[in-house]
Amino acid sequence: MTTVAVLIDHRDGAVTRPSLEALTLARSLGTPVAVWLGESPSADAAAQLGEYGATEVRVVDVADARLAASAAAALGAASDDADVIVVISTFVTKEIVTRLAMTTGAGVVVDAAGAEIVDGKVEALQTVFAATWNVRTRIDADKAIIGVRPNTTQATPADSAGAGTIIDVSVDLPETRERVVSVAPVEQSDGTPLAEAPVVVSGGRGTGGDYTLVSELADLLGGAVGASRDATDEGWISHEHMVGQTGTTVTPALYVACGISGAVHHRGGMQASGTIVAINMDPDAPIFEIADFGVVGSLFDVIPQTIERIKERRGA
Amino acid sequence: MRILVTVKHTPDLQSQRSFTDGRVTRTAEDGTMNELDEYAVEAALQLVEAAGEGEVYALTVGGPDAVAAVRKALQLGVHHALHVSDEAVGGSDVFGTAKVIAAAVNKIHGEAPLDLVITGMAALDGLTSMLPTALAAELDWSQLTLASALSVADGEATIERHLADAHETVSAPLPAVVSVTDELNKPRFPNFKLIMAARKAPVTVWTLEDLGVNAADAGAGASRTTVVDASERPPRADRVKVTDTGDAGTQLADFLIEKGLA
Ligand SMILES: Cc1cc2nc3c(=O)[nH]c(=O)nc-3n(C[C@H](O)[C@H](O)[C@H](O)COP(=O)(O)OP(=O)(O)OC[C@H]3O[C@@H](n4cnc5c(N)ncnc54)[C@H](O)[C@@H]3O)c2cc1C
Ligand SMILES: Cc1cc2nc3c(=O)[nH]c(=O)nc-3n(C[C@H](O)[C@H](O)[C@H](O)COP(=O)(O)OP(=O)(O)OC[C@H]3O[C@@H](n4cnc5c(N)ncnc54)[C@H](O)[C@@H]3O)c2cc1C
Repeated sequence: MTTVAVLIDHRDGAVTRPSLEALTLARSLGTPVAVWLGESPSADAAAQLGEYGATEVRVVDVADARLAASAAAALGAASDDADVIVVISTFVTKEIVTRLAMTTGAGVVVDAAGAEIVDGKVEALQTVFAATWNVRTRIDADKAIIGVRPNTTQATPADSAGAGTIIDVSVDLPETRERVVSVAPVEQSDGTPLAEAPVVVSGGRGTGGDYTLVSELADLLGGAVGASRDATDEGWISHEHMVGQTGTTVTPALYVACGISGAVHHRGGMQASGTIVAINMDPDAPIFEIADFGVVGSLFDVIPQTIERIKERRGA
Repeated sequence: MRILVTVKHTPDLQSQRSFTDGRVTRTAEDGTMNELDEYAVEAALQLVEAAGEGEVYALTVGGPDAVAAVRKALQLGVHHALHVSDEAVGGSDVFGTAKVIAAAVNKIHGEAPLDLVITGMAALDGLTSMLPTALAAELDWSQLTLASALSVADGEATIERHLADAHETVSAPLPAVVSVTDELNKPRFPNFKLIMAARKAPVTVWTLEDLGVNAADAGAGASRTTVVDASERPPRADRVKVTDTGDAGTQLADFLIEKGLA
């Protein structure tokens, strides 16, 4: 039986939704075990991991795993017996799995939109070239590591829950050359982080720096606020909100681009979204080439009306 | 200060990018130096200029057409161009590529020690962002990735990196592999004099044998992954575009509600 280790992402002790998605995917590949780095999870958190299929919750209580080599050693210690390792694809986890693959010989596919076992081997699915191509990659190595993007698997509890038994794993962290001199936490805006949000409403240069309407629409739709590079460069909104090839890649069910032209760098980070809506004054803006619903008009006219109508129909 | 910059030859973002037999279609006409490597070249040039002495090498690994990437680096002002060109490199995964780049780095480092290898934060085709980490591990050098600020002093490099949850400052002794983001600097434009000089500048071409890399340790044969299928995605169907004449906001709301999105 295939053992699938899932590196759990947790915030303030709570399991994040992408972790539940990853466990759901892991169940389709074999028997999931959860790997938890940091202080032992609460009974509730462990129970939830069990509900999504984790037979074990392997806890590696490392105080500091900010450096890729340290986190890789911790993940490695807890996934020794695993044939497949699933992580949520971020800049940080990409470095962790690369380190782990260097010592284990594992084959790695990151930014995957799904995976399945075909003839005993893991095959991962990706969309590439700004989501214009689908690629299926087989991992030939004995150990397979997959980095999955949030919002690509629907998280569902297991038909029969796993035991979620907590098991402590110890590890000797390697000496690292690198030294973390300082860490300044980024003030997290309320709600779901950009990469995980089911809905993203983004504003670009066309907002002129006023994010009131964009934020209001995002709130109404239960989503997060995104931005273009021009907007973050202007200092209108912080860098963490930037969507695109060098910012955050998002794949929400709904992406609303307001006053964003649709440069290829921006599209690379959002083109795989479910439904794409664009509001732009310029009928020739490239964003319309990929919009399921395009509005040629000013966001200052369109968004208030949309908000009002949604409230009206919800009230009805 | 001696710095080597890695530059990848990638299809132009604006071109029709495609796959042939599970590999990226690469041609000289619509291939360029990976845009994000311009920031790495700029970082290296600035460090050497500030130090008042030193040399910058640009290195690419790829087929014959990949020479365009190091020519671009020469136009920007690097001093030496290196090109690992060998049929056997085709189809490498990240780990095979890292092995080949590490061998080339070690060859230069052996002639006279390098202080830094600087890479881009991602290659805009593969986009894995894994190579810098794999390279640091392969070389057993310090790893400083995703730098949006970089300084070098007293045998140490220090970077700032902006992650989703925190801003970090990380230091490590030289030699180090540093990957840089597009927030770090503003790349210069090539000037006429350098463009002319770059045409005639020599490019050192190495095969795997020159680097002492076993052909079986790189390329498709050594790759831990194989692309089994690549297909163009169909364009989005049933797209709607309305021009606002006073009620487009309402139409948008109705569309979202019908789709179950609002
Ligand atoms: C190496 C590199 C990496 C990059 N990475 C990224 C990245 O990750 N993410 C990213 O976003 N960009 C990135 N960029 C920048 C990218 O190329 C574009 O410059 C940027 O996305 C443009 O931002 P924008 O659409 O907000 O601005 P613009 O292109 O100026 O577009 C503004 C749009 O707003 C419209 N508009 C104006 N007023 C209104 C109104 N009242 N109502 C509705 N519409 C209005 C205009 O018609 C226009 O289409 C990168 C660039 C480089 C060189
Ligand atoms: C669409 C696509 C998907 C792929 N998926 C995978 C995968 O899932 N797993 C896997 O192991 N491999 C994969 N590969 C292969 C991998 O892209 C190559 O081995 C590549 O050389 C290194 O990875 P990268 O392009 O993602 O580089 P990144 O890690 O994104 O690049 C970072 C920096 O490394 C430097 N660099 C990278 N490649 C070179 C080079 N050839 N010459 C000089 N400098 C370079 C550049 O400075 C670049 O800015 C994929 C390739 C493509 C085109």
